[in-house]
Amino acid sequence: MSHQDLFLTFTVAENRKENYRAQTLVLDAPLPAAQPGQFIMAWLPGIGEKPFSVAAADPLTLTIAAVGPLSEALCRLPIGARLWARGPFGQGFKLEGKKLLLVGGGYGAAPLRFLAQEGLRVGAKVCVCLGAKTADDLLLAEAFRSLGCTVWTATEDGSAGLKGLVTGAVEAALRDFRADGLYACGPKPMLLALVELCRKHELPGQFSWEALLRCGLGLCGNCELDEETCKAAGIPTGWLTCKDGPVSFLSSPGR
Amino acid sequence: MSDLSCNFLGLNLRNPLVLASGVLGTSPGLLERVAACGAGAVTAKSCGPEPRAGHANPISVEWAGGVINAVGLTNPGLKDEVPILREAKARLRELGVPLIASIFAPTVDDFGRMAAGISAAEPDLIEVNISCPNVSDDFGTPFSGSPETTAAVTRKVRENTNLPFTVKLSSNVPSIARIALAAEDAGAHAITAINTVPGMLIEARAASPVLSNRVGGISGWAIKPIALRCVAEIRKAVKLPIIGLGGISTGQDAAEMIMAGATAVGVGAAVMQRGPQVFALIAQELDDFMNAEHYPNLEKMRGIAIR
Ligand SMILES: Cc1cc2nc3c(=O)[nH]c(=O)nc-3n(C[C@H](O)[C@H](O)[C@H](O)COP(=O)(O)OP(=O)(O)OC[C@H]3O[C@@H](n4cnc5c(N)ncnc54)[C@H](O)[C@@H]3O)c2cc1C
Ligand SMILES: Cc1cc2nc3c(=O)[nH]c(=O)nc-3n(C[C@H](O)[C@H](O)[C@H](O)COP(=O)(O)O)c2cc1C
Repeated sequence: MSHQDLFLTFTVAENRKENYRAQTLVLDAPLPAAQPGQFIMAWLPGIGEKPFSVAAADPLTLTIAAVGPLSEALCRLPIGARLWARGPFGQGFKLEGKKLLLVGGGYGAAPLRFLAQEGLRVGAKVCVCLGAKTADDLLLAEAFRSLGCTVWTATEDGSAGLKGLVTGAVEAALRDFRADGLYACGPKPMLLALVELCRKHELPGQFSWEALLRCGLGLCGNCELDEETCKAAGIPTGWLTCKDGPVSFLSSPGR
Repeated sequence: MSDLSCNFLGLNLRNPLVLASGVLGTSPGLLERVAACGAGAVTAKSCGPEPRAGHANPISVEWAGGVINAVGLTNPGLKDEVPILREAKARLRELGVPLIASIFAPTVDDFGRMAAGISAAEPDLIEVNISCPNVSDDFGTPFSGSPETTAAVTRKVRENTNLPFTVKLSSNVPSIARIALAAEDAGAHAITAINTVPGMLIEARAASPVLSNRVGGISGWAIKPIALRCVAEIRKAVKLPIIGLGGISTGQDAAEMIMAGATAVGVGAAVMQRGPQVFALIAQELDDFMNAEHYPNLEKMRGIAIR
């Protein structure tokens, strides 16, 4: 008889503060099959279950912004507490080329951290642009720097880096970093702006989209990306964020 | 090449494979994608009178025997469902794939209102879901639990629509044949069987059921033997065409279901394992099986195992 675990059980080994509302949870075991851009469904019984990007796979690491009941409970987990997860799920990023431009908004920095690690490991140069409302909201900037990435930041109020949206930082970075491809994760308006930017610069792009995920199995249909976004980003309609995504590919920009 | 075409209540299906209700939802984009992936017909997610958000996560977990779910009948409610189905129907017509609407309701009278209301979207067929294990009456029994309530809902639907309809049954009864007979006598045009099988899974190291709803419905290959038995019993009891489903994931599974007496074959959980392209894959495997076993068409295979 074979026994299949329904959820994987992890224990919190380290819980690090990243900013006023975000924590990084380092767990006690690796998730060996995980690729950058993939996610797990993290479960706290009685509280909830939601998708979180793999921020590092060995050991499994999550970076979580406390914005609601589940994310707050996860951020408060003490060392030694358990949490449960299914996954890894989804289509992650594909590492292509030797000069990677990573663009993150909000918790979007989490999967990019894993991607940066993998990129640097295979000898690529990695430039990271991070956007946030204020300096306090910036996430993982120091972590990217200590990995060895060049980091640009943009804040809407100008309290850190360039003033304005992250697209401004991307334009600035591209002036002396001739990227082979752009890899982005963040809110939808940011991704749509970056799709246009990739078209303008004829730059291949990979975009990780957010949707309300329910089953995570490609079964319930809840996480279908809306048709307007699909059309704007060159994605076929009926696209399931949990299974076909979360990463979409814009491989022939300019058209 | 065998002939996979399937006549279901006068609808011409290019193959007998039907998307099961609740799998991939109701959006025109997803139903269109499933049709483009080779389904013979598609069923929308069950819709009720009012919008429902459904249960909290976890709503669905994979396990060794398939999947357990308690989505909780997430749906936009009748008023918003009708234009969505109209749009879906328009897109499916282009592809020559029939649309099956699915309805549920809390009372017999509401089933009548749902049947009348959903008819405005002009689906090719209505599936009447009286067997969802995840929402139930005050006594915890779905309408499909007794011949009397099955007949009452069926009669009410018959009075409220001119469209053909199929009644979807649960395996979780002492005699599914008696339930099917009650539906036939009360005017149903077809039977769909089976819905998910009530169950529970516990994550031992969390000392907790895995679903927020605690209990849910089992689907996938673990329930195939139950589904085959149910369809065979229904086939022997009634003359109505049957959409047989439960654990069908390969062409040979589909052949078994037809051999048990099903007219068409539903596919649900297998979409998780093999993706939306599962329909083209099963159709090809069914064709290969029929060629190898010398069945020129579905009719020659239908019910052959239970004669
Ligand atoms: C593929 C995928 C990967 C994800 N990866 C991560 C990750 O690595 N780290 C992470 O923190 N989250 C991630 N999320 C979001 C996460 O799944 C939850 O949506 C989030 O934690 C909120 O859940 P909650 O139950 O705590 O709060 P909810 O009650 O669901 O939300 C509370 C409020 O906060 C808003 N909100 C939700 N997310 C954010 C946000 N990021 N910033 C600001 N407001 C927000 C909601 O709209 C709501 O108004 C990911 C989502 C997806 C689809
Ligand atoms: C996620 C999920 C949601 C479902 N939702 C519905 C539903 O809304 N209405 C319904 O009649 N059946 C629903 N079902 C049951 C299926 O239509 C089908 O009867 C059952 O899953 C058995 O078939 P399978 O083993 O091929 O999945 C659902 C099943 C799953 C897995």
